[in-house]
Amino acid sequence: MIQLNTSPAAQQKAADYVKAHAAISNEQLLARLQELFGADTFSDVEEPYGMLTATVSRERIHEIIDVLHGEEQLQLNFLTTMCGMHWPDKVGQELGVVYQLHSLVNNIRLRLKIFFPIQDPVVPTLTDVYATANWMEREAYDFYGIIFTGHPNLIRILNVEDMDYHPMRKEYPLEDGTREDKTDLFFGR
Amino acid sequence: MVQKTEDFGQDLTTLNLGPTHPATHGIFQNILQMDGEKIVSGVPTIGYIHRAFEKIAERRPFYQITPLTDRMNYCSSPINNMGWHMTVEKLLGIEVPKRAQYMRVIMMELARIADHLICNGILGVDTGAFSGFLYLFEEREKIYEIYEEVCGSRLTTNMGRVGGMERDFSEVAILKLRKWMKEFPAVMKEFQNLFDRNRIFMDRTINVGPISAERALNYGFTGPNLRAAGVDYDVRVMNPYSSYEDFEFEIPVGTNGDTYDRYLIRNEEIWQSYRIIEQALAKLPDGPYHANAPHYYLPPKTEVYRNMEALIYHFKIIMGEIEAPVGEVYHSVEGGNGELGFYLVSDGGRTPYRLHFRRPCYIYYQAYPEMVVGSTLSDAIITLSSMNVIAGELDA
Repeated sequence: MIQLNTSPAAQQKAADYVKAHAAISNEQLLARLQELFGADTFSDVEEPYGMLTATVSRERIHEIIDVLHGEEQLQLNFLTTMCGMHWPDKVGQELGVVYQLHSLVNNIRLRLKIFFPIQDPVVPTLTDVYATANWMEREAYDFYGIIFTGHPNLIRILNVEDMDYHPMRKEYPLEDGTREDKTDLFFGR
Repeated sequence: MVQKTEDFGQDLTTLNLGPTHPATHGIFQNILQMDGEKIVSGVPTIGYIHRAFEKIAERRPFYQITPLTDRMNYCSSPINNMGWHMTVEKLLGIEVPKRAQYMRVIMMELARIADHLICNGILGVDTGAFSGFLYLFEEREKIYEIYEEVCGSRLTTNMGRVGGMERDFSEVAILKLRKWMKEFPAVMKEFQNLFDRNRIFMDRTINVGPISAERALNYGFTGPNLRAAGVDYDVRVMNPYSSYEDFEFEIPVGTNGDTYDRYLIRNEEIWQSYRIIEQALAKLPDGPYHANAPHYYLPPKTEVYRNMEALIYHFKIIMGEIEAPVGEVYHSVEGGNGELGFYLVSDGGRTPYRLHFRRPCYIYYQAYPEMVVGSTLSDAIITLSSMNVIAGELDA
């Protein structure tokens, strides 16, 4: 049997790759971030598959991304993507938003995450920094019910407006394809 | 967003452009406020074909997500497929052999050409020139025949596997590809001769729907739309994947970010893709066309019929019994319209815990009102077709 590459090796490979292609290393990026915003701002710092990932508080996320947008040295001025996520088991931190920033000049990416309780899903909007955040936030609101304060037009975007739930939350599971109690005689399952 | 009538002291017309209008190339609606022939404001409404791919993906083993990606940008589905497979390979740590990587490059560049052909052909139709579209559509048809030879289907190709390609290029596929390579430049040149310096076409497209580099970046533009505005960002160069670093090609860059520039950029990219295919065909290495990763690579059908091991792995993979390692991975490829990214969070199960598609259309279509305000309705149509918004990718 051929031995398969295991995940840590893959991570290492991807990390080496990132190092070889970026103008700034992850260590330098992290050091600069900590210099700008304080060392205790960033928690859970890791580098899955070479991308620097850190968790920050939702109170500071707007400030951090706003500063990074205009920052000369790092030039992290491109919001690649942003999406919501739901971890029902993490009590008090059920909902989250993931931001991915990119510096087209230094070719380095940064992933920032925030987590907050599902009872209080309020996050400051980024639309004043990035125009592209507008629809991404509407999508996160539509799918997860995350409310972005200051958003100019926070309404559902992909789903119908009269829906009264947020379908990507884990409490709305999709039907299990392996169920046997719903066997359909003619069309199979 | 919609401005009130009082602001202008005269009656405005509300015009529903879409959801289904032949000129919108897909199902999306634009509620435009018109002052005579001039657009005063616009509100885009999307979601008409939203199929909840991200939610469905949370229930599906990795292979069963490939058909979902086919149905995003259906003009260049091989790119979506490969992008997805590469994401999974990154997560699993599978090394793909060189031959498979080159084969992927060939198919992805063919898909890019097909995508751009459609976009530019239809741009011609929207300016009232139908013949160019007919020229190019025939070429797309030939590309689809190559797809058919390589994987058996034409539109939703479901091409490739995690770890490589589903099968090797057949002799006929190579022959067809070479034949197409021989014939295509003449047709493309003729198309360009028809349009590039055509007075009517230039009048209709120059300074129509412009966007500055700064605004384009702020809006998250990528791909030809960003490059037309003057930013030379290309994922293939910045973060090369699948051996793109082995090939020589240039990134065409525009200046004005208007419809004409977007048109020219796409034409130039077709030539660059053509160059890449030429190089990849010439250098196509021998060797296996898939990685030796029986846990993840779906065995070829012929093997499954003959070989017990292959049958077992086939069964295990199809039933989704193979679990992925814990981790989160982001991988992006240069899709037909821009950076197509896959953000995959795995909790160690057999399906993704969370899968987010960074769909380039979704990200830049929101700039559409800003690009058309102040122009006429006919300009708005052309701007839309030159942005190459694909409804399947927009709504996912």
